[in-house]
Amino acid sequence: MIEIKDLHKSYKMGSNSLHVLKGINFKADAGELVAIMGSSGSGKSTLLNILGMLDGADSGEYTLDGVPIKDLSETKAAQYRNKFLGFVFQSFNLINYKSALENVALPLYYQGVPRRERQEKALHYLEKVGLKEWATHLPSELSGGQKQRVAIARAMAAEPKVLLADEPTGALDSTTSYEVMDLIQKINDEGNTILVVTHEEDIAHMCKRIVHLKDGVIVEDKKVKQVRADQYV
Amino acid sequence: MFNRDRWREILEVLTSNVGRTLLTSFGVSWGIFILIVLLAAGKGLENGIRKDFGDIATNTMFMWTRSTTKAFEGLPKGRSFEFKISDVQAIWDNVPNLRFVSPRNQLGGFRGGGNVVRGIRTGAYNIYGDYPEIINQDPMTVTSGRFINVNDINEKRKVAIIGQGVKNDLYEKGEDPLGTYIKIQGVNFMVIGTYKKNSNDGDGEEAQKEIFVPFTSFSQAFNRGEEVGWMAITAKDESSISILKEDIVNLMRKRHKVHPEDNRAIGYFDLYEQYNRVESLFGALKAVAYIVGIMVLLSGIIGVSNIMLIVVKERTKEIGIRRALGEQPWSIKKQILMESIFLTVISGMVGIIFGSLVIYGINSLLDSVGPVDMFLSPSVSVGVVGGAMFILTISGLLAGFIPANSAIRVRPIEALRTE
Repeated sequence: MIEIKDLHKSYKMGSNSLHVLKGINFKADAGELVAIMGSSGSGKSTLLNILGMLDGADSGEYTLDGVPIKDLSETKAAQYRNKFLGFVFQSFNLINYKSALENVALPLYYQGVPRRERQEKALHYLEKVGLKEWATHLPSELSGGQKQRVAIARAMAAEPKVLLADEPTGALDSTTSYEVMDLIQKINDEGNTILVVTHEEDIAHMCKRIVHLKDGVIVEDKKVKQVRADQYV
Repeated sequence: MFNRDRWREILEVLTSNVGRTLLTSFGVSWGIFILIVLLAAGKGLENGIRKDFGDIATNTMFMWTRSTTKAFEGLPKGRSFEFKISDVQAIWDNVPNLRFVSPRNQLGGFRGGGNVVRGIRTGAYNIYGDYPEIINQDPMTVTSGRFINVNDINEKRKVAIIGQGVKNDLYEKGEDPLGTYIKIQGVNFMVIGTYKKNSNDGDGEEAQKEIFVPFTSFSQAFNRGEEVGWMAITAKDESSISILKEDIVNLMRKRHKVHPEDNRAIGYFDLYEQYNRVESLFGALKAVAYIVGIMVLLSGIIGVSNIMLIVVKERTKEIGIRRALGEQPWSIKKQILMESIFLTVISGMVGIIFGSLVIYGINSLLDSVGPVDMFLSPSVSVGVVGGAMFILTISGLLAGFIPANSAIRVRPIEALRTE
């Protein structure tokens, strides 16, 4: 599903150049639930941004579902993001003047799905994350866990190939974190490929595979026995 | 463009900070308000001045003789000469596209000597010997009786039409002048009519103190023979007297043995040229109104542009989210542009409405206090309003252009990092 070869990325900081990713080789198959771990500054978010086509790599190859991702125009990148990827962010990143339903319907709107169908679909995904009754509420009226579930529903609404989650539990307490991880596990059970960036051990062990990043290189890549989150909920 | 979601979003964004939106839109409203009011004021002035020109046939020239300044064909310079009545026919025969050629003779001048007597009252007035057509070139309202007619001319009747001012001088209040006699330089004329002129310019007083008598009787009574003092010549509407006047003056030079290059022997006044000068003044006024209005509008537009930049800045993160979700850059650009155009056009409409109300107010004020000199029914045409709307749309587009570009220049990753 995802394949990257010898990926390099550096940021210019004034006259200095900060080499963040120093040749990453990584492969994820369909249906995998991968945790990307590392301390801050290890390059895990940068990697996720490149995977999410939010940022470009300096060199290396990136293939997503057989499509080479290279030298994309903004327009093309927007199209690919919409078609291939769903994003879940640490700070939820909901649009605060839109209701939960409208937030979930947004990626469908960019796909050009007609209004009625869009709302039906959005409602379906909200139901899936257990927030059907909260459809008309604004993000400010929702708790942190609810916001993240809306964000997950939004990421799922466009039926992407890969779900990218950047510290999805970073702003949540542990109970809510487990609820969110439970949801992510269930989505994975349905066969969706998910990449989770985290620095929390317990969250990482709820995935099926852990990739350790340190100073811009992968130092460890192991399959783990998945800990189900529902036992804590 | 007529997308429900897009419009909802535009309204959501603009109503999210109502105070700011109102303040911004005030700048645009004010600009377009100034533009509309200035144009209306210019139009009012134009209407007023046009009314002063009244119904005077503006395509008219006046022509008179002076003494020659060049010797020609054995005749000395400094020679006086007069137009003859036969010149009128000659002009008709030789110059095409003329509407009226009216010969005139004249007695007296402004505040001249006492030349009119009635009983114990005397007065000094301009006395004109005229043909009936003159009323088309020098319009007046006959307030009682009648004007000169063809029979008066043919029978050389000694009749006179007097102005309102003359009547006030020579008659008691309420006295009916019709059928009475006045003595003009010792010759009795019967008053057959009174007139009033609609004129607001400087010689308004003088214009009411004129006496018109038939040309033929004038010539006979005051020993003018075949002479013609001056002529009022009007061209047909489709041709300009300013062009025809060369032919006419040349013809007169030839007939009176004046040197072809003697420019001072024949005097003339081209009303059409004057009128055109005033017309171009109106044009200049309109241009000034547009320039001032658009300049004021421009500051409003810059305000809109500024606010849109701030809005974009505030929404940087939201724009980042949208792009992460797959919104196309042009779609974001379009959104910002439409917000800007919408804000500008709506504020502009408010300005137009307030401008129209003020113009309406001024009009009803003018109606209630009566006519004001050189100012009449200020108004703006539908065309001007349409033009203003066009200007607004363009300026909204321009105002949104920089913010829209800055919105898509930020990379989604940078936008998302903004807290």
